[in-house]
Amino acid sequence: MPPFDEPKLDTSPKVSDEIRKTTCYMCACRCGINVHMRDNKVRYIEGNRDHPVNKGVLCAKGSAGIMQHYSPARLKKPLKRVGERGEGKFEEIEWEEALETAKSWLAPVRAKDPKKLAFFTGRDQSQSFTSWWAQLFGTPNYAAHGGFCSVNMAAAGIYTMGGAFWEFGAPDWERTKMFMIFGVAEDHDSNPIKMGLGRLKARGAKVVGVNPVRSGYNAIADEWVGITPGTDGLFILAMVHELLKAGKVDVGYLNRYTNATYLVNQDEASDEHGLFIKGEDGKPLVWDPASNSAVAFDTANVKPAMQGDFTVNGVPGKPVFELLAAKYADEKYAPEAVSERCGVSVETIKRLAAELAHTAFEEEIVVDQPWTDFRGMKHDKMIGRPVSFHAMRGISAHSNGFQTCRALHMLQILLGSVECPGGFRFKPPYPKPVEAHPPPHHTSEPGGTLDGPHLGYPRGPENLALDEDGNAKRIDKAYTWEHPMSAHGLMHMVISNAHAGDPYKIDVMMMYMANMSWNSSMNSGGVMNMLTDKDENGEYVIPKLIYSDAYSSEMVAFADLVLPDTTYLERHDCISLLDRPICEPEAAADSIRWPVVEPDRDVRGFQSVLVDLGARLGLPGLTNDDGSQKYEDYADYIMNHQRRPGVGPLSGFRGENGDQDGRGDPNPNQIQQYIDNGGFWINHIPEEALYFKPWNKAYQEWAVKIGLFDKEQPYLFQLYVEPMRKFQLGAEGKGERQPPNHLRQRIKDYFDPLPIWYEPFEQQQVSAEEFPLHALTQRPAAMYHSWGSQNAWLRQIHGQNPLYVSGEIWEEHGFKEGDWANLASTHGQITVPVVRMDALNGKTVWTWNAIGKRKGAWALKPNAPESEKGFLMNHLIHELLPPKGDGMRWANSDPITGQAAWFDLRVRIEKADGATQSLPAIPAQQSPVGEGPDHVAYGEEWS
Amino acid sequence: MTTLPACGDVKLGLVIDLDTCVGCHACVISCKEWNTGGYGAPLSDQNAYGADTVGTFLNRIHTFEVQPEDAPAQVIHFPKSCLHCEDAPCVTVCPTGASYKRAEDGIVLVNEDDCIGCGLCAWACPYGAREMDQAEGVMKKCTLCVDRIYNENIPEEDRVPSCVRTCPAGARHFGDLGDANSDVSKLVAERGGMDLMPEQGTKPVNKYLPPRPKDVAAAGEPFNLAALAEPETKGFLGWLDKALEKI
Amino acid sequence: MHPANSVILFTTLSGLGFGMMVWLGLGLGPSGDTAGPITAFIALCFAGIGLVSSTFHLGNPQRALKAFSQWRSSWLSREGCVSVVLMTLFFVFTVLWWMGDRNMLLGIVCAALAILAIICTAMIYGQLKTVPRWSNTWTVPMFLGFAGAGGALATSAAAAMAGEAIDVSIGMALLAFSALIYIYRRSTQATTLAAAGHSPESATQLGGIGKVRLLESPHSSPNYLMKEMVFHVGRKHADKLALFATILGLFAPLFLFIVFREAGGFGLPAGLQVPGLILALILHFAGALTHRWLFFAEAEHVVGLYYGRR
Ligand SMILES: Nc1nc2c(c(=O)[nH]1)N[C@H]1C(S)=C(S)[C@@H](COP(=O)(O)OP(=O)(O)OC[C@H]3O[C@@H](n4cnc5c(=O)[nH]c(N)nc54)[C@H](O)[C@@H]3O)O[C@H]1N2
Ligand SMILES: Nc1nc2c(c(=O)[nH]1)N[C@H]1C(S)=C(S)[C@@H](COP(=O)(O)OP(=O)(O)OC[C@H]3O[C@@H](n4cnc5c(=O)[nH]c(N)nc54)[C@H](O)[C@@H]3O)O[C@H]1N2
Ligand code: SF4
Ligand code: SF4
Ligand code: SF4
Ligand code: SF4
Ligand code: SF4
Ligand SMILES: [Mo]
Repeated sequence: MPPFDEPKLDTSPKVSDEIRKTTCYMCACRCGINVHMRDNKVRYIEGNRDHPVNKGVLCAKGSAGIMQHYSPARLKKPLKRVGERGEGKFEEIEWEEALETAKSWLAPVRAKDPKKLAFFTGRDQSQSFTSWWAQLFGTPNYAAHGGFCSVNMAAAGIYTMGGAFWEFGAPDWERTKMFMIFGVAEDHDSNPIKMGLGRLKARGAKVVGVNPVRSGYNAIADEWVGITPGTDGLFILAMVHELLKAGKVDVGYLNRYTNATYLVNQDEASDEHGLFIKGEDGKPLVWDPASNSAVAFDTANVKPAMQGDFTVNGVPGKPVFELLAAKYADEKYAPEAVSERCGVSVETIKRLAAELAHTAFEEEIVVDQPWTDFRGMKHDKMIGRPVSFHAMRGISAHSNGFQTCRALHMLQILLGSVECPGGFRFKPPYPKPVEAHPPPHHTSEPGGTLDGPHLGYPRGPENLALDEDGNAKRIDKAYTWEHPMSAHGLMHMVISNAHAGDPYKIDVMMMYMANMSWNSSMNSGGVMNMLTDKDENGEYVIPKLIYSDAYSSEMVAFADLVLPDTTYLERHDCISLLDRPICEPEAAADSIRWPVVEPDRDVRGFQSVLVDLGARLGLPGLTNDDGSQKYEDYADYIMNHQRRPGVGPLSGFRGENGDQDGRGDPNPNQIQQYIDNGGFWINHIPEEALYFKPWNKAYQEWAVKIGLFDKEQPYLFQLYVEPMRKFQLGAEGKGERQPPNHLRQRIKDYFDPLPIWYEPFEQQQVSAEEFPLHALTQRPAAMYHSWGSQNAWLRQIHGQNPLYVSGEIWEEHGFKEGDWANLASTHGQITVPVVRMDALNGKTVWTWNAIGKRKGAWALKPNAPESEKGFLMNHLIHELLPPKGDGMRWANSDPITGQAAWFDLRVRIEKADGATQSLPAIPAQQSPVGEGPDHVAYGEEWS
Repeated sequence: MTTLPACGDVKLGLVIDLDTCVGCHACVISCKEWNTGGYGAPLSDQNAYGADTVGTFLNRIHTFEVQPEDAPAQVIHFPKSCLHCEDAPCVTVCPTGASYKRAEDGIVLVNEDDCIGCGLCAWACPYGAREMDQAEGVMKKCTLCVDRIYNENIPEEDRVPSCVRTCPAGARHFGDLGDANSDVSKLVAERGGMDLMPEQGTKPVNKYLPPRPKDVAAAGEPFNLAALAEPETKGFLGWLDKALEKI
Repeated sequence: MHPANSVILFTTLSGLGFGMMVWLGLGLGPSGDTAGPITAFIALCFAGIGLVSSTFHLGNPQRALKAFSQWRSSWLSREGCVSVVLMTLFFVFTVLWWMGDRNMLLGIVCAALAILAIICTAMIYGQLKTVPRWSNTWTVPMFLGFAGAGGALATSAAAAMAGEAIDVSIGMALLAFSALIYIYRRSTQATTLAAAGHSPESATQLGGIGKVRLLESPHSSPNYLMKEMVFHVGRKHADKLALFATILGLFAPLFLFIVFREAGGFGLPAGLQVPGLILALILHFAGALTHRWLFFAEAEHVVGLYYGRR
């Protein structure tokens, strides 16, 4: 037999002509990418190894960026509506006409009554700019999507400990020994979490997944707690009960770093009942047993009492810790009392509490690193409690979510596992207490600017956005007694309120990258009706709608004027420390996008469009004294705008020569320097400052130096949240501003300054017999909301979504493979295909989020499975609770923050014999971009 | 030539950790984008924006549910690409010699210039690792990124398969399974790496690391709070003063 | 396995052609100077059409020549090589016969090659461990059975048309070949993946944890593998087709053969012999096609285990 000659193979083929380093945009994780260019086309996208976020890895969406960028659904030119709203009939117009149209709609609004513009942005990565623009315009009606996304998580974190999970912080992946993850499918920090889990697995650390559904991250967890939706608060408080009972909390940590020692006014008659007893300088007081007197909390060398009754200037007080311990000692928090409701066995709750205690205290870790705290006390080492936690919308997107998130943070703090080695750590600019955030602003004059940033953290009723008559000043009714601490606004209420004219009517609605007529809304069908509804004069009830999207989404069809955006590879962008940056627990970092590919269509980056439109409207800050446009485009703004002297959108390469970090004058070469540096800037936190950041002198100094704050601002964690008590006092009839009567009881009940659990609202209202099941959605790792479906590669993975039904329900209803079901809530019904899943809480059904599509959208063909078999759960979820018969509109939201309660949904299921198509089937929209091609063979020219 | 070469010492392959894979499909798409403009014909997609889209992929993730007798069901994500078998039936069945196994590193490849697209090799593969490209009519399969791992145009640290480089969880490992001292071989030894369908006698080079036992309480450890609690606790806060003294 | 029309037609038709070659090569069937070579030519046509149609399912038929290179390891290559040699020699045999010389030596060589070609075809399937229903002892005999039976019927019909007598032994052979086909079906019916020791548990090696079930396919849209190898045919449907294939494809031709072997036998009008035998051949061929369809459709590929299908 002749020897076989293997074919000659070129094992070193050319990959690309050039690598351009920028930032991914396929989700909010914002990984660094190396875009390989060949013949001026994108050949390959890989993770940037040097990048702080992803360190070289890339998710499915990131790798599918090629198909996203060359999507057939890309908009090509500004569009003016010519048909009816929702039909998708448009005429292409020139940019000049588009901008002048927008100006002609907006200028009168600004001159007369700026609040008649509602400007809401979706998954916006330029909020510090869009919000500033809205501020300059003078409208109080601005927010991004946070209110329906995860504000419970964010706000509970800020109020409790000055930062939350996700981009606010991360577990110490290299050191933690036990990790519990609550209600997370994918999260914003998606690559880092996967990398972290990988590290834990490589080290053999224990991972516990608390989630009704055992998929994704929960699938690889060593232990699965298949909790009943909406009951995490109870489960957590039961563990707190156990830990306190056994004395397994970090007393030293609580004593030094938390308000466990603050004295709380116990005089029921006082207007300050339940508030902290403060000294003359306004500092909260603690009891110093050594001197037997009340002293300021930050007094050096004090070891304050944590229990006992003390009287300060005649006011009776008790330390927070005693109140806390007494509260959770109650047998209603005992594992035996909560087990059934949570669907978690008594043994499991007890064992997990014990495992946490064991790992935190018996396996404590010590890092040989001296440090000094803000009271001047020197510590010769750093003690770590190697248990860590992460949570997201599974606990957040419930009407009891704020308190549940608080409960989890309290658990972390009791274990002493925040900001210590092996625990959870913040990412700069966090930690940042409430005091370092502005309160909300909502006041402007016609033709003027708003008095400050829209979104902030209220300290009490005095910060509510109410006019003299107690009416809501904002269209979304954020910062009203209905949801006083709605720190991210309530985007999910905007269309509904604008349609109802409650609290008032608006003239122009401007939206940016939010698919509000579809997957982004609760009650999608209703929202489409509101957007197309006309008044008695035949005018649309919501008069004018300007929308910016990059693709032919469902929302485009409802716009009167469409401003087509570029793709993420075609524009400048900054991921700014003023906004939601890409920092890591060990470093501050920010990054940019830049046009690595030139647009081949008549489209413009939306931020650049705002720069232009702002100048046309004569907005101060965007206009020169002579009335001319101040910044040429967004890139110009990024480099030259200053928020505070020396502090601008980008922190790297500041100063005329680009050699200053954090603070410094604008640098005309800044973007180029970012490009040369791989698209990002990073500044590492000194070793001494790596842990205990809120109290660590070295960290505070570093933060001031790089411009995160202007002065050091050490603070203590707030186990007891005083602002909540202030709202409660109002409800109790104390203080100047008080809630309307119908809201008093709920504020008294739910604004407990110590975490509590209560039954989610929808569950309180609907009959468990009629709607016995919980219905949830999860994000698929390989899809980003609705955008993924235009991606030829990704849509093959998730082109349709079944309803996953627990084995228990499956058996009960006698379902068989290939069956369909009707799923009904109090609000509506959908018909969907079902699939059995046993690794699922027995009373739960779920599906992948946002796979269902409206026919005609996304350049898909009419027979695409996304619209034939795919479906949206949103049709079953209403933005309002079922009417209670009191004539009020009660939002389906958390009573504290207004967070949309997506996961409170209760449903019932029955077989749908003979069904072959998902329902409701919304009539098709016309596509302004045509349909995608039949065949794709990307890369033909190179192979 | 479709007879198998005498196996060399080098057996390059992947080790896939089923305990770590979160099923994110990152490797699937990274593989597609690397290969679609790389080795051989592009990986085409038919009906790309309509119904019954059929695209060529060299790596896919299955998701299985496993029901133990007395514990909650588990979900296990299961990546699958060519296992570069030592006794590769896909090679010996090929009538044209297009399918071959490289003597120097054991990589199984298709020389597309010789492939008539008969599909027999795909029938012969037990693992579903070969897919015929519908546009070009040639057989496609995982190349183990042979055009990356030796590629002098890319930095040395990146000379690993695209799927390995991208995997966010680090569930994919690449190396020489013929070398008992390589990291991958050690991992296989440590974690009890498995062959898929051993009964087929293909002797896969790629190994799968089994999921670690789940939902089992760590035995023998004092995970009992009562045992951890201070002995002389009196009342709910009885321990507090003592604890405070200690700090 | 997906029953592709071109492959079904190809294997059945070329099998028939090869079967005829065996009979003709061995000196059986019509022996007349005209009828003989014409029958041989028809055999060539059947085999030729079959072989050509086999290239229809190739992705790149223009490279088909390369398929002759790997005869050392590949049954498909061997089949190609043997077929080409056979076709060439049989062509020579036919031409010589036309010219008046029915070369027995060449005939026997051709017969042997035809048997080899049939075995090669059968082994393309028989070698596939991935399809237990194919990789068993009875696949080769079954292919031989079809070729032999088809060849017998075709050459007999030709002989009848030429007014020649048909030997009883051909009937015996027909019976034997039909039996092979029947045995294949009976003996492989139980050869499911499970019976062959394959299961989702063995495929995934996760059986140690518990019972394994596919929860989510790799892609919600189909792929080549699923289309090609995860064909699903209903059991009832299959049984019905099998009955059809057996009765019409095996028993009916046998019966017709017995009845019409002799012109005027059983007291029937002599003119019915030719149509009777042709009907037998047609029924047999329809049965063979059905059987071949089932051969694919019922065969389970182990890859189905990864797709939640058998
Ligand atoms: N790939 C991908 N990544 C994304 C996105 C995307 O669309 N695709 N979207 C981004 C956005 S906007 C967001 S907000 C984040 C959200 O990231 P996640 O918070 O991970 O969001 P969801 O997918 O909604 O997952 C919610 C999880 O909570 C579980 N859950 C529901 N109710 C409960 C409960 O009561 N208790 C517990 N313990 N669990 C519960 C659900 O089963 C689900 O696993 O993801 C971001 N990242
Ligand atoms: N049932 C259910 N519904 C949910 C949720 C849930 O858990 N369950 N989660 C909710 C949450 S947390 C969120 S954040 C929302 C997300 O919902 P959305 O934010 O609405 O997400 P998408 O619809 O993917 O994206 C919005 C639009 O942005 C457009 N877009 C993409 N890239 C660009 C660009 O570069 N420029 C411009 N101008 N536009 C672009 C897209 O084409 C799309 O039309 O969904 C919410 N909806
Ligand atoms: S996680 Fe994926 S989609 Fe999100 S930024 Fe990173 S690579 Fe892009
Ligand atoms: S996995 Fe399949 S394609 Fe790969 S070598 Fe083994 S048999 Fe061949
Ligand atoms: S499809 Fe190509 S590689 Fe596969 S057996 Fe046929 S010729 Fe060989
Ligand atoms: S090694 Fe390369 S070709 Fe093979 S699966 Fe991974 S990326 Fe794809
Ligand atoms: S990239 Fe890694 S974690 Fe994700 S599916 Fe592939 S192997 Fe699994
Ligand atoms: Mo979100």
